[in-house]
Amino acid sequence: MATYSTNEFRSGLKLMLDGDPCSIIENEFVKPGKGQAFNRVKIRNLKTGRVLEKTFKSGESVEAADVIDTDMQYLYNDGDAWYFMDPDTYEQVGADENAVVDAIKWLKEQDICSVTLWNGNPIAVTPPNHVILKISETDPGLRGDTSGGGGKPATCETGAVVRVPLFIEEGEMIKVDTRTGEYVSRVRD
Amino acid sequence: MSDWRPSASFGTLRLRARLLAQTRAFFHARDVWEVETPLLSQAATPDPHIHSFAVPASTGVDTRYLHTSPEFPMKRLLAAGSGSIYQICKVFREAETGRRHNPEFTLLEWYRIGFDLRALMKEVDALVRELLRQQVGECLVLTDTQYFSYQEALRCFAGLDPLNMDVAALQGCARHHGLDVPALGDERDAWLDLLMSHVVEPALPRHCPVFIYDYPASQAALAQICGDVAERFELYFNGMELANGFHELADAVEQRRRFEAQNRRRMQTGQPVMPLDTHFLAALEQGLPDCSGVALGFDRLLMLVAGKPDIPAVLSFGHERA
Repeated sequence: MATYSTNEFRSGLKLMLDGDPCSIIENEFVKPGKGQAFNRVKIRNLKTGRVLEKTFKSGESVEAADVIDTDMQYLYNDGDAWYFMDPDTYEQVGADENAVVDAIKWLKEQDICSVTLWNGNPIAVTPPNHVILKISETDPGLRGDTSGGGGKPATCETGAVVRVPLFIEEGEMIKVDTRTGEYVSRVRD
Repeated sequence: MSDWRPSASFGTLRLRARLLAQTRAFFHARDVWEVETPLLSQAATPDPHIHSFAVPASTGVDTRYLHTSPEFPMKRLLAAGSGSIYQICKVFREAETGRRHNPEFTLLEWYRIGFDLRALMKEVDALVRELLRQQVGECLVLTDTQYFSYQEALRCFAGLDPLNMDVAALQGCARHHGLDVPALGDERDAWLDLLMSHVVEPALPRHCPVFIYDYPASQAALAQICGDVAERFELYFNGMELANGFHELADAVEQRRRFEAQNRRRMQTGQPVMPLDTHFLAALEQGLPDCSGVALGFDRLLMLVAGKPDIPAVLSFGHERA
């Protein structure tokens, strides 16, 4: 049985808790100056989608979830499920909303995502670290402003709202870091 | 890559410089003088909850340990007749990283000859209030300092009696607050630490210094024990631990007994046994003047003054960028 020590805890780590695979959302180290240290984690049950808080004694070992992360291409959404394809075998899987909830606003057809499979079922989807998205809506910026200071909200083709520099206009493509939700750069064809 | 940049703003780093200058002026005015002690020691704390970085020599002999607090050498200075002293230094604790923890951090530690706990709490309060006056951003309204005994604090904010409840009752109380950590086993103090950090701390009064004193004797650390409680205090501000103080244990035999018990505990839990500071024990045998001492987390105080939510935001380079 593979285990993780609390020292290895970080967001995205998959654990087995009460028989269900879970993913760490947030890990906080709590320790009195004199006394026992704890790891207080916010965790998502990947089967039910429920978020719960749990505290571990620092240094304790926790069973790792027997999951496989595999790179798959996002194909489409039919209203109920989001479909991904293994680029080598062309095998397709359909993920439910619980699995894509964190990724949904970054999902663009053709992009390669990391799909977490548990017993062959997709239970979590992580978008690529960087995605290139078209701006579908934003206020007109000030002409000549290239400083990048200030910024304005822009809605992307996937629905994500990103803060962009004032010079970015509708119809342009931008690169976004999905881990922070922050604008990285303008992308020209 | 922007990781080469400082994790704190220059505004915050300048504020740190101002607070350091102000702290030194505070002690200068009170005739407490600044000292420096070694960072690398042949000995290390045996406290099973504090992990020292070991620094092996390239020659393979003379392994040293980075200090986790300057307590032992400062007490040697006191025993040698220094009078009241303070130190501002980096200390190092392995495996402590988080929103309020950095493996190397700045400690302000001072000792006052002839002070009892109450006198020292008053001085800590005076310093903290003076430094908090520098606060920027959202103004903290400072109200009167509050004092609770450990027993009162746990009774008021967690509904339990820490001195008289057995471990089963503490476990029940933790479960009642939605906390279950079976790995703590039947270690009473660990359950108390759980309740203190998860239930009491978030419920403490805000916007004022809060002192908690008279800790259970089992949590005396290096404090004198008086009756069934230890002469130890902790200072909290907005639920965050800022300082820990003791009426200092001066009994060499008792000190050695506590060290050895801690090393036995290390052995039972599969942790390395640490070399005891025999110089420190010899100094206690010679005689430590009656004194109280306190260690204050300087970075955390800066977090409050600068209005920053985490410790990297007050360090030139946080652990990730160090």
